[in-house]
Amino acid sequence: MRLRFNLVLGLLLAAIVIIAGVFAAWIAPYHPIIDADLMNSEMPPSWEHWMGTDGQGRDVFSRVLYGAQVSLTVGLVSQLINSCIGTALGVSAGYFGGWWDDLVNGLTNVMLAIPSLVFALAIMAVLGPGLPSLLIALGLTNWSWTCRIARSSTLSLKNQGFVQAAKVAGFGDGNIMRTQILPNIIGPVLVMATLGIGGAVLAEAALSFLGVGIRPPQPSWGNMLTDARELLRAAPWAAVFPGLAIFITVLGFNLLGDGMRDLLDPHMRTRRA
Amino acid sequence: MSKTVPASILSVRDLRIGIGNQSDLLHGVSFDILPGETYGLVGESGSGKSITGLSVLGLLKRPLQVTGGSILFREQDVLKLNKRERRRLRGDRMAMVFQEPMTALNPLATVGRQIAEMFVVHRGLSWAQARLKAVEALETVHVPAPDERARSYPHQLSGGMRQRVMIAIALACRPDLLIADEPTTALDVTVQAEVLKLIAELCQREGTAVLLVSHDLGVIANMCRRVGVMDRGRLVEEQDTRALFETPLHPYTRGLLAARPRLGSRTISERGRLTELDELVADTQRGRDAPTLVTPRGMLAEAGR
Repeated sequence: MRLRFNLVLGLLLAAIVIIAGVFAAWIAPYHPIIDADLMNSEMPPSWEHWMGTDGQGRDVFSRVLYGAQVSLTVGLVSQLINSCIGTALGVSAGYFGGWWDDLVNGLTNVMLAIPSLVFALAIMAVLGPGLPSLLIALGLTNWSWTCRIARSSTLSLKNQGFVQAAKVAGFGDGNIMRTQILPNIIGPVLVMATLGIGGAVLAEAALSFLGVGIRPPQPSWGNMLTDARELLRAAPWAAVFPGLAIFITVLGFNLLGDGMRDLLDPHMRTRRA
Repeated sequence: MSKTVPASILSVRDLRIGIGNQSDLLHGVSFDILPGETYGLVGESGSGKSITGLSVLGLLKRPLQVTGGSILFREQDVLKLNKRERRRLRGDRMAMVFQEPMTALNPLATVGRQIAEMFVVHRGLSWAQARLKAVEALETVHVPAPDERARSYPHQLSGGMRQRVMIAIALACRPDLLIADEPTTALDVTVQAEVLKLIAELCQREGTAVLLVSHDLGVIANMCRRVGVMDRGRLVEEQDTRALFETPLHPYTRGLLAARPRLGSRTISERGRLTELDELVADTQRGRDAPTLVTPRGMLAEAGR
């Protein structure tokens, strides 16, 4: 029962955020950039402006909807890149060991030692601002934890009987990693990835604040929070609603990841049945 | 006489295994297994039985490595094959059943899928065809309701049932040689008997040779025609099973037989199995200094008949 609840709530929240982003152009009552009404700036939530207006009189609700496009893309794509890199490196390092393991370990330690924001900043400086470079920068900087988890899980799985049995059965290394090891570590990797979505959304905010991410007036939840910082007393709604959007996104995807992990576990599946 | 000697399916010649280039784990072991024969390797823990089996499959773990000798499988030296060729042999022409049925199956895949994988990897069947073959394979190992069981996950099966699945996987491609490393040690006695019977039945039907590695003399006595006794990395005696039990030639074998727990013997704690063994076998007679007693070729011919 608990399993279903997590999964359904996660799906529901994730679906709300995704629909908001995809259909922003149809749902949003105002244009997020052009419809700036300076006479009505810093207005509290009302019937005309459900989430109030920001310092330049733009409708916060519309901007949150449009911001979902950027933030979701950043969160999902960067985590996808992170998970792929981290899993590939971690599993192969744990499985093959030897010099490759040493190399990957060294690289992971270096990545953990460099603050990821500084590294992302450096990549952005090279690639220039914009969404594609943002995705690459955030995708390349946060794989070290996934890599560590994938490696340590692989190390313990490698000596399990069924991996040995697969070797005896004449399976190739690639086949063993794909069919025996990967399905068994997908749970923790999935949880890491969903937890990382929130981090990526916030990292995008930080990079946008530093001027190398999404350039204003283009809305993203990150730069909306940044803009609202100065108005925190006068117009708290300008910060609360993008923050709430981030919260719902992170919660939704975490629950979804959790539910999916349970769904992938045959023990849980049969308990439910 | 020599004409009657059939070609061995497996011929291990002067096999040496060690760490680095020193041969300090296996000091030149030689034995032959004939097609369809069940050959037992018996000995204490650490005598080198398991690494002998693993080296035949080419699965020794570093730092262990073969330092000398040859392993002829179907008259082909497997030690000279490359990694890919050896992998093709594994699972297809030679297979293995492990001691631990609890961990030897992937917990995340249905048993049907795990059997089907063998047909996909080695026979190139489609998944749909392989699934049908998997159900058939479950039927041959006497799993009730095989169609339904194929959809079960390993944790839904008992230990004996899992070992049956392992046997189905091992024998899926009808190998020429099955290496069974303590196949029943983790099972309780009644299930042990069933599993052994199953291995004997299937291998007899398919003409599969079995290398049975065990510390359990009872299992060996029931299953094998010939037995090799290993001690400290040497094959110290090789005999017809009955002859071995009746007239053990090597002092170590006599010690091993005497160390079996018997009804009416003193309790284990009093007896202290290994102490007794050491008393019986003077240390100088064990391992390195012991002469190797190997079956005359004539006996091989007899076993093959």
